[in-house]
Amino acid sequence: MHLAPTRVSPFLLLIALFFSAAMVGCDSARQAVRFHAADVTGVPYGKDFRLQAVDGGERTLADFRGKVVLLFFGFVQCPDVCPTALTRAVEIKRLLGSDGERFQPIFVTVDPERDTAAILREYMRAFDPGFVALYATPDVTRKTADEFRVHYAKVPTGSSYTMDHTAASYLFDPAGRLRLVASHSASAADVADDVRLLLRER
Amino acid sequence: MYSLRTSRSFGLLVSVLLGASAAAQVTVTEPWVRATVPQQKATGAFMQLKAEQSMRLVAGKSPVAGVVEIHEMAMENGMMKMRQIPGIEIPAGQTLALKPGSYHVMLMDLKQQVKDGDTVPITLEFVGLDNKKHTMEIKAPARPLNAMPGKASGHGEHKH
Repeated sequence: MHLAPTRVSPFLLLIALFFSAAMVGCDSARQAVRFHAADVTGVPYGKDFRLQAVDGGERTLADFRGKVVLLFFGFVQCPDVCPTALTRAVEIKRLLGSDGERFQPIFVTVDPERDTAAILREYMRAFDPGFVALYATPDVTRKTADEFRVHYAKVPTGSSYTMDHTAASYLFDPAGRLRLVASHSASAADVADDVRLLLRER
Repeated sequence: MYSLRTSRSFGLLVSVLLGASAAAQVTVTEPWVRATVPQQKATGAFMQLKAEQSMRLVAGKSPVAGVVEIHEMAMENGMMKMRQIPGIEIPAGQTLALKPGSYHVMLMDLKQQVKDGDTVPITLEFVGLDNKKHTMEIKAPARPLNAMPGKASGHGEHKH
């Protein structure tokens, strides 16, 4: 306690600055984790798509303005992950109640060789007739997946093949901006919470 | 889940003696197949297996499918990977679940649509510690495409 105040003050000031900065950091971190899913707001990818709808015509994100879009890439000949993700989407919609009308799951096939418009239409109907299935040529499919950093690959099995693919779901806010990436293991309740938050932002 | 005793007495679940030895018993409970849409060529069969002595599920056959394979699903860096595996070990006395997110019996080259409520016969092939092959026929009901994983239709929830 013999140090001159003039020598101590800058040091204390630094400590004070450090702690106040840390607290500001905590505050912004608290803001960032209000979603269950990973917040990817502002990333330079996942801006848009232009794909064929099963009932004809093209769709882009602009066609779904005002709704929270849940985008999932998968394929019909998929015994496990895709039906699980789509069944979760059905459950999310149910949990949303009346907000469910502003929740739009979209399924994009990474297997356009086998997933024709006819089979995609039947597949969506088995889950929810309101769900949208989109497809494209193999070339456009690849470019779209690249835009969303979605990976997929054909893997031979027996006389046929299966697909490895990114199993995450992408969530867009009502303005059509990519906001969240929900993992395959996220619960329907958690995703429904996130959808509600996105719907109430505006 | 039904206990072994209950499953035998009710006959709802499949319990078969393999070969002559009661020690080589495998019990299959709650088998189910995910229904398909027309033109869909592949689907999965799920069930729980319990063996009194260690057994290995190595193959399957079904009249509805041209090809039956044992598959494992794995997530790697957010990628879903599904692979054929040579078999699944069923440790003695333990229940091994074939369920969405892990193992399944993959029915491929489907000859017909599997509709909700259909019964799909599947012959499972096991190899015991004695290296002998045992086969067992099960009848797996088809559940709708949007069946929630882990929820048995009509039986309420069961544990994994």
